[in-house]
Amino acid sequence: MTSKDRRESHRVELLQGTLDLIVLRALSTMGPQHAYALTERLAQVADHSFTLNQGTLYPALVRLEQKGWIKGTWDKTESNRDAKFYAITKSGLRALEQQTARWRRLAGLVDKLLLNES
Amino acid sequence: MAPLARFLHRLLNVFRPGHAETDLTREIDAHLTLLEDDFQRRGLSADDARRAAVRAFGGVDQAREQHRDARSFRWIEDTARDVRHALRSLRRTPGFTAVAVVTLALGIGASTAIMSAVNPILFEPLPYPDAGRIMAVWYGAADGGRALQAFGTFRELQARSRAFEALAVVKPWQRAITGTGEPERLDGQQVSAGYFGVLGVPPALGRDFSPSDDRPDGPKVVMLSDAVWHRRFAADVSIVGRQITLNEALYTVVGVMPRGFENVLAPSAEIWSLLQYDPSPAPQSREWGHHLRMIGRVRPGARIDQAQRELDTIARDAMAPFTREPGSNMTRGLIVNALQDDVTREVKPVLLAVLGAVALVLIIACVNVTTLLLARAAQRHAEFSMRVALGAGRGRLTRQLLTESVLLAFIAGALGLGLAGAGVRALVALAPPGLPRAAAIAVDRTVFAYAFGLSTIIGGLVGLMAALQATRGDLRAGLQRGAWRGTGGQHRTRATLVVIEIALSVVLLVGAGLLLRSLERVFAIAPGFDPSHVLTMQVQLSSPKRFPDNAAFHRFYARALEAVRGVPGVVAAGFTSELPLSGDDGALDEYGVQIDERLNAAERVGASRYLVTAGYFELMRIPVRRGRSFDERDMAPATVRLILVSEAFAKSAFGDRDPIGQRVRFGGPPSRPWDVIVGVAGDVKQASLASTNASAVYATTSQWLWAETPLWLVVRANGDAAALAPAVKSAVWSVDKDQPIVRVATMDHLLSASEAGRRFALIVFEAFGLVSLALAAIGIYGVLSGSVVERRREIGVRSALGASRAGILGLVVRQGLTLAALGVAIGAGAAIATSRAIITLLFDTSPLDPITYAGVLALLLGVSAIACAVPALRAARVDPMIALRCE
Repeated sequence: MTSKDRRESHRVELLQGTLDLIVLRALSTMGPQHAYALTERLAQVADHSFTLNQGTLYPALVRLEQKGWIKGTWDKTESNRDAKFYAITKSGLRALEQQTARWRRLAGLVDKLLLNES
Repeated sequence: MAPLARFLHRLLNVFRPGHAETDLTREIDAHLTLLEDDFQRRGLSADDARRAAVRAFGGVDQAREQHRDARSFRWIEDTARDVRHALRSLRRTPGFTAVAVVTLALGIGASTAIMSAVNPILFEPLPYPDAGRIMAVWYGAADGGRALQAFGTFRELQARSRAFEALAVVKPWQRAITGTGEPERLDGQQVSAGYFGVLGVPPALGRDFSPSDDRPDGPKVVMLSDAVWHRRFAADVSIVGRQITLNEALYTVVGVMPRGFENVLAPSAEIWSLLQYDPSPAPQSREWGHHLRMIGRVRPGARIDQAQRELDTIARDAMAPFTREPGSNMTRGLIVNALQDDVTREVKPVLLAVLGAVALVLIIACVNVTTLLLARAAQRHAEFSMRVALGAGRGRLTRQLLTESVLLAFIAGALGLGLAGAGVRALVALAPPGLPRAAAIAVDRTVFAYAFGLSTIIGGLVGLMAALQATRGDLRAGLQRGAWRGTGGQHRTRATLVVIEIALSVVLLVGAGLLLRSLERVFAIAPGFDPSHVLTMQVQLSSPKRFPDNAAFHRFYARALEAVRGVPGVVAAGFTSELPLSGDDGALDEYGVQIDERLNAAERVGASRYLVTAGYFELMRIPVRRGRSFDERDMAPATVRLILVSEAFAKSAFGDRDPIGQRVRFGGPPSRPWDVIVGVAGDVKQASLASTNASAVYATTSQWLWAETPLWLVVRANGDAAALAPAVKSAVWSVDKDQPIVRVATMDHLLSASEAGRRFALIVFEAFGLVSLALAAIGIYGVLSGSVVERRREIGVRSALGASRAGILGLVVRQGLTLAALGVAIGAGAAIATSRAIITLLFDTSPLDPITYAGVLALLLGVSAIACAVPALRAARVDPMIALRCE
């Protein structure tokens, strides 16, 4: 593995948790969505402050599906196009709860640290 | 749960790489369509929308790769692909694959089999607790060798030794068991009470022998082996304390030995009883005969040399109240060996030689596979050049070649394991009789792991070498130059390897040749009797009820002989207590013979004692050099025994003077009358053909102090001796049907069995030598074929310029024979340096025996010439026009 590889995998790892949480959250509030709709939603939530290569969503989706937290099924869109719709599962909802709580704790801790240091 | 579910999914995807991929393709297509729709809605043209969609998606291939990484285990998928590729590529060249796999499998299989056999025998400690402390103690014999112990000596050492915490003596014992099921003759041992204590293995059931039982007229007690307990008594735990019938006498079972107990002194022993000798033996009694093996366990921390020094001191300083017999006065000291060395003494030289041979075979196998892989890499130069041109990385090629080598090694390993199994069985079947710990020999997994690991590593290294060589330099240039011109450096490497192979074959073949010559020499030795048409068997008299006194024994033997002589086809028959070449030399009774004319009464001449019946010398065709042989007169009881002695005895006792009429004495109380020598018989080889002539004294069975049993029945036939066996046995049984007859064999068989160790080494060396010869021939053939193909153009030019066919033939043959000659020269040097390793196996043959060397040289050069001939003829047939045009 070159040092470049390492840097990249490090970045993916950092993104991984957040991306998984965001996807789960989006699916739990919006109901079943296909990958394109999810990327649109992400851009919208982020207020277009970061651009996401839409392809990078796929590894996250397969990861979540393999963990049994989301489930994909093929269906038609409103425009009558084929698309794979992902829905959050029961264990996915439980995982979302845990992940959210964990994220909050972490964020709170980081916030506190940043406040104290400044 | 989630991580496990994910792991299983990923694993599943390894095995169905296409499944998820199809779905992903469909999903990405759908995604792109939706993007396109959006862009079109925003007013882009169809083409622009498609381009924008792909841009927004951001690298379809990259997404696929990441998806693949996430959903599966990539490295497994890649390896699987490499393996599939390697399998295809190996299948494309079945000849190469077969030869490489078989070569490696032979190497792995042979070395695993040999190591599996040798390891438990030579290198693993004996299967006893703290086995390093168990020693064998021998009596120093007249010829500087080792002799069995007398019971009196055992008693003295037991009382005086401090270095040994326990000592025991043991002798062979056979009994027929009756009462439960079919009568069966069991091998066993009579031991002193501490025997199992010295070995450190207590019985699994019941108790050990108690010292208080080990006295004359003590209770008849017996210890059973686990096998006999299962076979005869259905593993009944209530057997302890019950009585069983052995030779029509009742013995109380005191215990059962554990299942895994190995009795290395007598592997076939299944029952044990006590010696019950007199603790203070009377002079000249049986207890003073040298007939016992002694073992001892030294105290923790005591070393073998300390034990030896202590016994030296004891042997030197006689001390009251310990009496010593003149024949057991320990003037030549006592010999202490580790029991392990003792048990393996006979077979060690053979096993070490075989081990060396197999190491050579493994090296040759590896060298051969290396040359094969190199040749293959050279032939695939064009393929690799093409693939590099098409953008394959050097790393990718290396990885693929490595996969191929490792795959080869794995296939060969699997095959080698099968070969090892068969090899171990063959070895045990072929092994010389008396191979210690034969029961412990099985395919050794650790050894297999080593052999397999070694060959895999070699496979890996060779693959890597080939890969580096194939991808070295400018492959694009290679592509232009044409596929069939390998590099000169590569050719030199292969030639070097072939030379090594030939040299190693020479070493093996010289070993085989020297052993063959030794066997020839050994079998050229006259055994001192005529072994042809002779049938032998051991007849054991067992029932104390039927044979209440010595006269009853002698009556049985006399009547049995009469019956046997009446069998059609029997020319003559007789009994002897010791049968030459029967392999019983360890049990042979050695006597110190006192000679009347010597002034020093304590001086003795050691001799083996034979008890024979009248007519024995005529029957065996042992020449009587002086005086007369035994006739029926000598079978009657007499106060003055008339005896014969061997030539060797006559020479050592009387020098050049006439031994006839001389008076000697052996066995029995010192007050016995002197025996008178009436004849001198020719020397007979007792232990083996290669042994020196042992001194022997002969008396008749009926004039000895006690009725000896078992005796060997010797029958001379006028035709096929083996065919007479059933008739002879029933003749004996017509006298008494309950007397066990065992060890039926023809003398010819015993003769060849007596050289089983040397023969075994010879078979292994021959087999390995032939394999190595074949491999070397394949090596020469391979190198020359490759070279002829490479030099096709040159050969074409030569013949276009007028070189004759013979000239071109000569060119190729010269190249091949140069390699062979170089290999033979190096090999001969190596053989001279290493053949000393098998010197103990050689007999009357110098390790530098010129005939052997010349033979091996001729053989190798001949085989090499044949291996050269095919490629040479192919070269001579090269059509210059075609050769030049094909560039």
